[in-house]
Amino acid sequence: MSADDAAEAALPSAGQPMVEIRKLWSAFDTPERRFVVHQDLDLTVQRGEVLSIVGGSGTGKTVLLRQILGLETPAQGEIRVLGQPVADIGRSGAASRIGMLFQHGALFSAFSVLENVAFPLRELKALPSSLVREAAMVKLQLVGLKPEDADKMPSDLSGGMIKRAALARALIMDPPLLLLDEPTAGLDPDSSDGFVTLLRTLHRDMELTVIMVTHDLDTLFELSTRIAVIADKKVIVAAAPKDVVAFQHPFIHDFFLGERGQRAMELLREYPFAV
Amino acid sequence: MPDTTPRLVTPSSSDGAQVRVMGHWTATQLAQPRVLPVVQADLSRARERAWGAWDLRSATHLDHVGAQLLWDHWGQQWPQQLEALPEQRAVLERVARFSVPLLPRRRPTLLSYYLGFGEGVLRAGDHLQSFVRLIGQLALNLLRLVRAPHQGPWRDFSGHLYRIGGTALPITALVGFLIGVVLAYLTSQQLRQFGADAYIVNILGIALIRELGPMLAAILIAGRSGSAITAQIGVMRVTDELDAMRVMGISHSFRLVMPRAMALAVAMPLISVWTTLAALAGGMLAADVSLGITPRFFLDALPQAVQIGNLVLACTKSVAFGILIALVGCHFGLRVKPNTQSLGEGTTASVVTSITVVILVDALFAVLFKDVGI
Repeated sequence: MSADDAAEAALPSAGQPMVEIRKLWSAFDTPERRFVVHQDLDLTVQRGEVLSIVGGSGTGKTVLLRQILGLETPAQGEIRVLGQPVADIGRSGAASRIGMLFQHGALFSAFSVLENVAFPLRELKALPSSLVREAAMVKLQLVGLKPEDADKMPSDLSGGMIKRAALARALIMDPPLLLLDEPTAGLDPDSSDGFVTLLRTLHRDMELTVIMVTHDLDTLFELSTRIAVIADKKVIVAAAPKDVVAFQHPFIHDFFLGERGQRAMELLREYPFAV
Repeated sequence: MPDTTPRLVTPSSSDGAQVRVMGHWTATQLAQPRVLPVVQADLSRARERAWGAWDLRSATHLDHVGAQLLWDHWGQQWPQQLEALPEQRAVLERVARFSVPLLPRRRPTLLSYYLGFGEGVLRAGDHLQSFVRLIGQLALNLLRLVRAPHQGPWRDFSGHLYRIGGTALPITALVGFLIGVVLAYLTSQQLRQFGADAYIVNILGIALIRELGPMLAAILIAGRSGSAITAQIGVMRVTDELDAMRVMGISHSFRLVMPRAMALAVAMPLISVWTTLAALAGGMLAADVSLGITPRFFLDALPQAVQIGNLVLACTKSVAFGILIALVGCHFGLRVKPNTQSLGEGTTASVVTSITVVILVDALFAVLFKDVGI
């Protein structure tokens, strides 16, 4: 059958990891010296997980996310996404394999919300436009926007609505893997809570695998099924939240058990990983 | 390998049998070449025969687009009989819950054209008003600069002078030189017929020094720096830098517009003279080759052929061109709205407007100073 091989391999066979990173090296060259950000980093993400990546600033969390997307090439090492080498991910139809929510939404500012959401479908150039519009409308409401918001321009949206619209666009082709970069950064506590609830519902209903980078401890504990901590240029621990908190490392001690960590730890007791 | 093409297996008769939905019902699969027409043909056959019993369990994959296609086919309601896996049913339920009637697109009426025209007129008036305000603010800021010269944005001024003036020297010289060659060559063909070879000095001298040099320089700078000014200021709007500046109490006009206008007012006459020199060099070379008029004769005859008034006029004109290019660039830059489309439109409009304004003002100068230098 001539049907698209990539679409055929959209889901790896059962038991195979969604994302597999092995012996990854990332480095940035400046005229003076070479900064090594990751050194022999290993990470595996299984289907259905919500994996959060945390680490101090400059430890290359966003770089790692961009490498999983194929936007940046690592110096060494191998990244396999959905069972394929990452270089093959960027080919056409990538929207059906990975959805990405950028930190600031990255909505196309010249398009209305509906056009933004419908963009990946419209680019297939094969589906009738009424079907495309209806499908976009469904996704728009799925993320909690109203039909009236469809014709608004991104510049007229609030921060929370931008994130929701960008999420609808990331999910338009029902990708099995969703990447989030600071999903709640820049949102007020109310919108932030609403967004976390939305993400949890979507994760459950659409059987998504989620990888996210976040600094927000509330989001971290409410969503994650597993936390990967990057320090000393590698993943020092990737385990369930309570095991991570118990892990002995100066960074983890500062991050979770410092003053700002305490409040979130109370949450941890209230919500024992209900996801 | 199982067949992933989305398709329907229809029963041979309509009594009790079910329509079976097979394959991957996903956007990617439906968008494969020649898949959707076949599916739609199958669906319309199913509609004609009024099959109301559906079996989705053999479909290996059903995403929201595939579900939407089925849901639309069912007339946005559940079919009489439906066999589906729980997750397929969940997808269909989500589609059912969120399907809203699409609003029909509005067709333009006569009234909307009329209103559009009115909007255009108002917009033009608004442009004019804010341009006048820009000029007024520039004048006030110049007064402020004269009162307190040490507070002026001099570093900006020198930076713009270099970027707008210094880096434009190679391209203006090249274009000027080539235009000089072409003009001299074409004119020499005509002059030779009348035996008026020596007049090439007059023609080239007047045309290049008085008109073409300043015009060429102004058009090149409008395209090169006018667009850059609009884009720079426009990006500052997109990234909220303009608002940040206003919050700090720093005037856009004083800090952004004035240094650019001053830099262009100084750079433009210099570039204009430079372009004219390059064009004259080109013309001199072509005259030597095609008519045998030596550079020595050319240089001797030039001061007699062209009065000094022409040079003064050209430089004055260039100052006006420079200020106008800067103001038009800033005007469109400050009006950019925070989105990419507006930025593109603003940049285009800025270049087109500044070139048009340069030509209009040049015509005005030609009429006003028709007695000077000729």
